[in-house]
Order: sequence, then C-alpha cells, then structure tokens
Amino acid sequence: MIWKDTTYRGWGRALTAKGALARPERQAALTSLLAEGLLPAIGNRRSYGDAALNSDGRAIDMTRLDRFLSFDADTGLLEVEAGAMIGDIAARFAPLGWLPAVMPGTGFATVGGCIAQDVHGKNHHHMGSFCQHVISIRIRTHKGVQEAGPEKNAELFRATAGGLGQTGVILSARLRLIPCKGDVMVVTERRIEGWEDFLAHLDRSEATYTVGWIDATATGASLGRGILEEGETGAGLVPKRVKYRKVPFEAPHFALSAPIVRAFNQLYYRRVPVSGRTLVKPISDFFFPLDKIHDWNRLYGKRGFHQFQCVVPIASAPALRDMMEKISTSGLASPLAVLKRMGPGRAGHLSFPMEGYTLAVDFPNRAEARELIGRLEALTAAAGGRLYFAKDGLAGPDSMAAMYPELADWRKQVKKADPEGRLATDMVRRLRLRDVA
Amino acid sequence: MSTTMKQTWIILGATSSMARAFARKQAAEGAAVLLAGRDMDDLNLLAEDCRLRGARLAEALAFDARHPDGFEALIARMDAEEGVLNAAVFVGSMPPQADIDADPALIDGTVTDSFTGPARFLQLLAPKMEARGGGTVVGVGSVAGDRGRLGNYVYGAAKAGFHTYLSGLRNRLTRAGGHVVTVKPGFVDTSMTWGLPGMFLVASPEKVADDIARAVRKRRNVIYTPFFWRFIMLIIIHVPEMIFKKMKI
Repeated sequence: MIWKDTTYRGWGRALTAKGALARPERQAALTSLLAEGLLPAIGNRRSYGDAALNSDGRAIDMTRLDRFLSFDADTGLLEVEAGAMIGDIAARFAPLGWLPAVMPGTGFATVGGCIAQDVHGKNHHHMGSFCQHVISIRIRTHKGVQEAGPEKNAELFRATAGGLGQTGVILSARLRLIPCKGDVMVVTERRIEGWEDFLAHLDRSEATYTVGWIDATATGASLGRGILEEGETGAGLVPKRVKYRKVPFEAPHFALSAPIVRAFNQLYYRRVPVSGRTLVKPISDFFFPLDKIHDWNRLYGKRGFHQFQCVVPIASAPALRDMMEKISTSGLASPLAVLKRMGPGRAGHLSFPMEGYTLAVDFPNRAEARELIGRLEALTAAAGGRLYFAKDGLAGPDSMAAMYPELADWRKQVKKADPEGRLATDMVRRLRLRDVA
Repeated sequence: MSTTMKQTWIILGATSSMARAFARKQAAEGAAVLLAGRDMDDLNLLAEDCRLRGARLAEALAFDARHPDGFEALIARMDAEEGVLNAAVFVGSMPPQADIDADPALIDGTVTDSFTGPARFLQLLAPKMEARGGGTVVGVGSVAGDRGRLGNYVYGAAKAGFHTYLSGLRNRLTRAGGHVVTVKPGFVDTSMTWGLPGMFLVASPEKVADDIARAVRKRRNVIYTPFFWRFIMLIIIHVPEMIFKKMKI
C-alpha cells in the first residue's frame, strides 16, 4: 500500500500525530506522490517536538531515499539523497579521511532533516552551522524541481536552510566534507566546578570539538558544575562497537525522579578523576553518545519528555545563569543537560545559532516541567535569545518574531515556494510561523 | 569459500529494500555487484551508491523474470568476471488474492516472478558455478511457502516450488563445491508490507541482510529471518489439516 494510517511521534514522545505516511523507496515513487501536489517530508523524526508531525494530514517519510550519489575524493564533495543519515556518511567516509563538516548529536538525523533545522555540532564555534557547508540542494517546490545554494537561487536557499521543510521537498544535497585524521577521537575530559568556571573554559577552549555536560541538579556553590569534553580526530585502532543495546520497554516514571537523577549525576561527575583524563574512542561514541542505546527516549516512560534548548547572546550570560538556577532548584531536570559556546555561523532566515551560549536540558513531560519551560521561554526572549525548533514542543507564537527577526523575509519566500500552504506542519501551525503578522 | 578470492554477486530484483541492504553489505566487503532489475534509473543510483560504499565494481543490468531471452547476456556478463560467482534472488510478486480470484491469468505471472523465472536463470548459471568449483546461491523464499493459506496461496505455492527447486539445486551444487542458502523471511519492513494490517514483529531489511550474510558465511542451508519464524512456522506446519482448513490466519 502507498499510504499507511498511523500514529507517530516526535523524538520526545510527548507530542503525537495521527495521519497517513507514505515511504517511497525509489525516486519514481516520490515523483508520482508529488504529482498531486506538495506534501511535507519527514526524516527519522529526531526533532523532539512537532517539527516532523502533520496531524490529520499526509506526510512523506524520506528515510528509504538514502543513497550516496557521488563523491569527489580530491575535494571532499559528497552528494546524497535527502534520506541519507549523518552517521552512515561518517561511518563510511571517516576511514577514508573525510567527515561531514557539521554533525548533530545523533547519527540518525537525515541530511534533509539537518538542512531543515540548519543543525549545529560540537564545532559550531569554528565551523558554523550545517547549511554553511551545503554547496547546493535539489528541491521540489510548487514550481517543480529547482536547484538552490548560497549563490544560485540564494533566497530560496536561505528560506530552506533551517526552514522546517516549508519551501518544498529536499531531494538531494551536495555537502562539503572536511578532512579528518581518521575514525577515532582523542577526547580530553575535565571536571568543571561551577558556572563561571564553565563559561571561562568554554571561552578559552581551542579544541576542534568542544561540549560541556552540565549537572542540572547541582545547586549553591556547585551550580553549573559539570564535565568539559574536548575532542580531536585521530588515526588509530580502537575496538569497534559490536552490538547496539535497545530499551525494550517504557520505563516507569519514577526512573527519572529527583533523587535518582541527583545520584546518577553525582556518579557521572565523579567518574572523571579530579586531574581529568584523555581517552581514545570510536568517532561515533563521541559524536553520537546516545545512539548506542536504541530507543533511549523510552527511558522517560510513556508520557515522554521535552527538551528545552535556548541560545542567548554572550552579554546575557547572567540571564542564562539565572535560568540554570531555576532549573537546578526545581529538581525536575534529567541527567541530559548540555552547555556549549556558539559562534555566529548560520545559513538561513530561521537558523537557530547566534554568537553566545546554548543550554539544552531534558525534562520529563509533567505539568510542573511544562510550566518551568514556559518561564524559561520568557526568560530567553527577555535575554534577547531564541528557542531551537528542533527541540521545542511547547512555546507559543508570541515571541517568535522577536526571536527570529528575519521571519518576514522567510514568509515571503515560503509563500512563493508553497503558495497553497500544503507543507504546513503541527509546529508551523502552533507557532503561527506562516501566518502573515 | 575463500575470502581472498574475488567475489562477484549478481542480485536479481535489486531494487527491493532487502536486496538493496544485501547489495550494500557485499559492496562494503569489496565485492563486484551486478544489480539486475527493471527500473534502470533506480538501479543506476544504487550502482553508484554501492561503488561509493566500497564495491570493486557495480553495474546496473536489465532483468525481467518474464523475459528469459535476456538471461544469457547476464550470465555472459558474470562469466567475464574472475573469481567466485554468486547469485542472490530477491524477485517475486504477490498480487492480492482477490485480484487473482477475479483474474486467474495472474497466476502465471506470479509463478514466473516468484519461481520459474529465477529458476530458469539459476539453471543457466549452475554449470558456470560448477565449472569454477564454488560460489553461493541465495534464494529468498517466504514463510508463505511453508503452508498454503487463504490470504496468499498462489504466491505461497510459487514460493513452495522455489524452495523445492533450491533444495535440489543445493544437492547439485554441493557436489561441485558450491552452496545454496534458502532464506525464508517473515514480516519485513518493505514497500510490499507498508501499511498492511496485521503486521507484527516486523524486521528491518538491514537485519534480514545481516542474517543472510551470516548464513552465506556459515554455509547454512535453510534459514528463517528473523530466527523466531522457524518456531512460528514449526507450529503452523504441525496444525492438523482438519483444523487448519477452518482457520483464518
């Protein structure tokens, strides 16, 4: 059958859509699906909220259109179908000395999804965002198949990069890979004792890849303590992972209750010796640490979870500290919390990054947590920051124009590419991104 | 089978998702993959994909189970490669039983696609494999071939015929150092099963391809994939006919 009536969710499993999905395995099948009109395209649904959901409508699952189309071993230019996964590309090309220039925190993200969210990685401060390394895309808009890139059809490209799939169905992309030394990572981990110390370390870090794990339950003098990880690619031999683990069922909701999270975080923090340490690990373990546990999102139980992620300008660091304090004292956070320094790099009108600090924290889907996330959203807006569409599932429409000042430019292009509004998703409707202000 | 010998795989029905996953596995091992099927545009994309994943050589070739005139050319193309010749058969068609009830002529096509077409191809290939003293044939059948039932008994009958053919071919090729693996997949997440009601314990094409590759390595004779289908089918086969004939499964 072409259409499967199903219920599907964002990665956080808190938001659900009922609708029909098609999953073409060949270009010809996709072409015939789109002959009747545009439809939203979705990838591996690694966006946490409702960016990849289309309730009561149809959508195209692009994951089977995942082929490598061409590669130039001299320049590192790789062309792939939109459903190709970042982890698949890294696994194949890292041993040959090439890596995607920007990789998000999961290797299961598709290239189409990475473009639609203009994702960033642990090297954003050096390399900017994903779409800054996209040479060109082929995209099926209202007008037919078009090619777009930073030079050709630049306006369409700027609306597509981070554009939540609203300009058309991305068919393929040409990416610039960057040279790497091999498929292992040399990673230095050190303890960070508190908030100010953390920011100072992030500012100073000269490593190619930098990320901070933050203990979102530590309060008082240890507020903002955590572990700084700095990585460089290298050549060498490390045991390859043989088997993935799977979370076979939904965990009971007390699994992530405050005392358990506090205890886990304590252990996780102390696992790194006071003097720090340097490890060598497979590239995927550093970039995609959670991918080795399939379906880890089930650990949050059947109610699912929300991730809050914001970025604030450097000058607003005190406001971010204030948010951290609210999170830590709430006792609601999970062990998954990340602090990173961002550079200014972004490629699209709705791209998330801005020069500053970004904080991401998971919360179980409970009323108190949703209420806290609402307050954090307001603080983000007041600090001149913005929320990340790849994570958000709760925000309201009011602060969007302030957070995304190029929203009007984006709308203009989207209107040209999809005049009938056929590509709208649950997120676009919730945040009224496409309504004329 | 020596792993140092150059391997060549012809993959019949290479556009299916199971075949694609299997072709990629062989490509990653550095084999030559000859991708045979009807949608040449799609096969050309897959050929490039396989080259980029490490295939020594990857080519798209036209193959239609209903047009045996083209088989000789494929065999000749294979014979031009040095080393070990292998074949994996992923072709088959399963029109809804209701369509067959309305038009019994559909039976001919179903049997050709799922059994006699690939059997005629393998019959031409067998002497070449014997002459080289080795190689493996992977024949993808179906659990539907283990017992005829209301929903798809024509397809099931064709696959049952194919299973029996493969068993005989195994008997023949073993004498020459070759091998035949019969693969009986349960429910696999492909475009054929997408959206069908009543699916359970659905396996990914990659999982099935892993199972097949392991069976080739270990020279297994008949495998169910995923493995637990062996037990499900063991039960189904042993339900007495006087009860089975009244069941709707």
